[in-house]
Amino acid sequence: MTAPVSIAGTGMAGVPVALTPLTRKDFTAPNEVRWCPGCGDYPVLAAFQSVMPDLGIRNENLVVVSGIGCSSRFPYYVESYGFHSIHGRAPAIAAGVAMSRPDVSVFVITGDGDALSIGGNHLIHAIRRNINMTILLFNNRIYGLTKGQYSPTSETGKVTKSSPQGSVDNPFNPVSLALGAGGTFVARTVDANRAHLTATLKAAAAHRGTSLVEIYQNCVIFNDGAYDPLKAADGMIKLVHGEPVTFGADNSMGVVRGADGTLTVAPVAEIGQENLLVHDAHAEDPQLAFALSQLTDQNHLTTAPIGIFRDVERPVYDDLARAQIATFDDDAARDQAVSALLKGHDTWEL
Amino acid sequence: MTQVSTIDHVVIRFSGDSGDGMQLTGDRFTQDTAVAGNDFVTLPNYPAEIRAPAGTVAGVSSFQLHFAEYDVHTPGDHPDVLVAMNPAALKANIAELPAGGIIIVDTADFTPRALSKVGYDTNPLEDGSLEAYQVHAFDLTAAATAAVAPFGLSRKDAARTKNMYALGLLNWMYSRPIEGTIAFLNKKFAKKPEIRDANIASLTAGYNFGETSEAIAFRYEIAPAPAKTGTYRQITGNRAVAYGLVAGANRAGLPLYLGAYPITPASEVLHYLSDAKSAGVMTFQAEDEIAAVGAALGASFAGCLGATSTSGPGLALKSETLGLAVISELPLVVIDVQRGGPSTGLPTKTEQSDLHIALFGRHGESPMPVIAAQSPADCFAATFEACKVAVEYRTPVLVLTDGYLGNGAEPWRVPEMSELPAIDTNLTTEVEGEYLPYARDEKLARAWAIPGTPGLTHRTGGLEKAPGSGAVSYDPSDHEEMVLTRAAKVAGVVRDVPDLIVDDPSGEAKVLVLGWGSTFGPIQAAVRIVRGSGRKLATAHLRWINPLPANLGEVLAAYDRVIVPEMNLGQLAMLLRATYLINVESYTKVRGLPLRQSELADDLNAIIDEEAAK
Repeated sequence: MTAPVSIAGTGMAGVPVALTPLTRKDFTAPNEVRWCPGCGDYPVLAAFQSVMPDLGIRNENLVVVSGIGCSSRFPYYVESYGFHSIHGRAPAIAAGVAMSRPDVSVFVITGDGDALSIGGNHLIHAIRRNINMTILLFNNRIYGLTKGQYSPTSETGKVTKSSPQGSVDNPFNPVSLALGAGGTFVARTVDANRAHLTATLKAAAAHRGTSLVEIYQNCVIFNDGAYDPLKAADGMIKLVHGEPVTFGADNSMGVVRGADGTLTVAPVAEIGQENLLVHDAHAEDPQLAFALSQLTDQNHLTTAPIGIFRDVERPVYDDLARAQIATFDDDAARDQAVSALLKGHDTWEL
Repeated sequence: MTQVSTIDHVVIRFSGDSGDGMQLTGDRFTQDTAVAGNDFVTLPNYPAEIRAPAGTVAGVSSFQLHFAEYDVHTPGDHPDVLVAMNPAALKANIAELPAGGIIIVDTADFTPRALSKVGYDTNPLEDGSLEAYQVHAFDLTAAATAAVAPFGLSRKDAARTKNMYALGLLNWMYSRPIEGTIAFLNKKFAKKPEIRDANIASLTAGYNFGETSEAIAFRYEIAPAPAKTGTYRQITGNRAVAYGLVAGANRAGLPLYLGAYPITPASEVLHYLSDAKSAGVMTFQAEDEIAAVGAALGASFAGCLGATSTSGPGLALKSETLGLAVISELPLVVIDVQRGGPSTGLPTKTEQSDLHIALFGRHGESPMPVIAAQSPADCFAATFEACKVAVEYRTPVLVLTDGYLGNGAEPWRVPEMSELPAIDTNLTTEVEGEYLPYARDEKLARAWAIPGTPGLTHRTGGLEKAPGSGAVSYDPSDHEEMVLTRAAKVAGVVRDVPDLIVDDPSGEAKVLVLGWGSTFGPIQAAVRIVRGSGRKLATAHLRWINPLPANLGEVLAAYDRVIVPEMNLGQLAMLLRATYLINVESYTKVRGLPLRQSELADDLNAIIDEEAAK
């Protein structure tokens, strides 16, 4: 009998697979979920719990690490090993888990404040190193747990308790940031689109290296409707690898690449079907992915591409780190190696 | 004819430009001394700047070595012998050489320009200002250059072998064999045969110069110091800390994971462990101090022994994560190689001023065991003990060393793994009924299950927990119970802290001198001086600062006066007063330097005499 193989492929290579199929219920922890009714975190949790059985992962080989914020309560609701850590530090803590345990699959749950403000440094360095973990960045464009201050993804001019005259901050584009940091898997999805969300989570888990998934997530209390403009027919530009980039009613709008490399949005009728940009998520060169990410109207969010911007292979930090380290068949061999280290090369006998 | 004298100890200081190879020279002389069987303590001293301008006082690097036929505790207050490779080195060090001391000086750089650069109006070798010393002035550079002429080096490379020439001369003067250094050079320069041969030739020429020239009339011998049999090596505090972590993890059967960020004077711990991959050690040079401790704690969560090494500014940054380690109750070993503070302070100098941040530098009721190493070799034992407590009590433990211990070296008997105590991880691998991650054993250590263990999945984190289940709880009585339990657990570490042993040979001393950490050496040396004068003085030394030894209150009450020397403004003294309501007397120095044994001895003598006169 051959061992079951995960559909996650290389992303979960080395992680043992469940011998009997599990269900969403197996990944539901007994704790009462305490997000506000209608919170966008619920559908993400549901999608996550339904994807895990599909990946074939065992509960005990799943580690979920989070920072601080509403979404960071996530690990309490997943039946796995979970660590609800410190504001901004989840990617650093997860790095220690991923490096030392090739047999576990590591997910990081974070938010826009957690990942992009207090934890910005850890996020870019995890992505730069390409540590094998999947980072789900819940972007609700507001600080929810602290009751409604503007966040690093809030639009300029946002009026909140800490910005009564309007925020003067310029917002981050998380996808552009991740691509700039050398991201090998960078995607964006939406809480309300279950099918897209599920497919994106699966693809992220299948990628070996750091997968960054920005999830547009609605906060019903402090920033309700932040993504409503995207509900317009021409709001979201769906990116599908190998297909022409079109969107809007009847896919009447399209993206074309100019001679100087810049991307332009125009009616397909004007561009001509044959001139449409064909999305290539596997392109080694990140320029196209970055240019697509810049089609996001970061302030007003009337337009935003969703989908997988980039999915390429690059050596993985934790694999490389482990490859440098000696392993031992038994305790005696390890004792011997330790003794040799302690003695060094310049001893004398008394 | 050269006269050979037997002496019982000597302090030698090698000094030169930071590019002159003085650290290497000192290190090799130390190794040759070790092979001769003497006990020793060393102290390197180098500028904070990597390459300060050549020939300036700011750019002087030095290495001091104290060796003797008896057990040595300090690198010595003052050198007996000063080796100065240029005018700047002479200028920077001459004030510390007592009258009658020996100066060996390379005259090559004593040009008007070099002299004026360091503020000499006249040549001190000629103007009579060194009359109080025994000066041996040679053009070591020219002699070395001549000795290596056959190897076809550039003039610059030839001159660079002058440190080996000086080393050869010193080895002759103090009757040290040079074979060890020849073997070292053979290995170090195996791929550069002309550099290898030139250095060996220069070393040998220096030795032969002493032997044949009769330029130096005295030669010294120092008998070996008595020591326990075994295999020895010299070890610095930083290396001993690194190896203590390796040994601790090994005895616990856990992989060692070090997260660190480069910081003076602790970076070597990261270097040595990064070079320990052959022993299965994983290291992570993180993006910052916070990530370093975070990754280490993540590794502990995953079932490793997580450790992080830093110095004061880094410890300040790690505070929040240490709080998480306290409340999640995971093992973690934190090494703080203290330096002068606050802020950037004195990065390359030593101090003991992190005691309070170690004990109290976290928000909330956040107790952590703290142990302080007392000598370079003790850094191994202290770190090993920290590993044992961290694992067996599921707690972060802080190890305090300092720049003086970290960079200083002494002989160390290398233990066999089987000599070291086992560390009981007591991992939970299966349970009957429900797994309660915060159920406790008799030490109050919680039931620790690691990822990969079927049936024991659970969640932990920074939120307060219900006792037993570890479920998030904001219940007032749960919080109070957990705060008290965590405090009791750390206080209970006292069962693994040996009672304090007081050294009071006569049993009649009225004064106790009580130290902690790296003041051990200077205090021991001062006590030797005080007792040598016929006075009675008791001494004791603390290693565990939290918890304090169970008998400490009794010890303190037994003496009329308790003197607590520290390299800070009295941080331990404050703790002792608060804990025992005893008026200990604080004796403090904050010069970025170790305590001076002679100064401390004088001050202790005065206190004893004052007490006797009462």
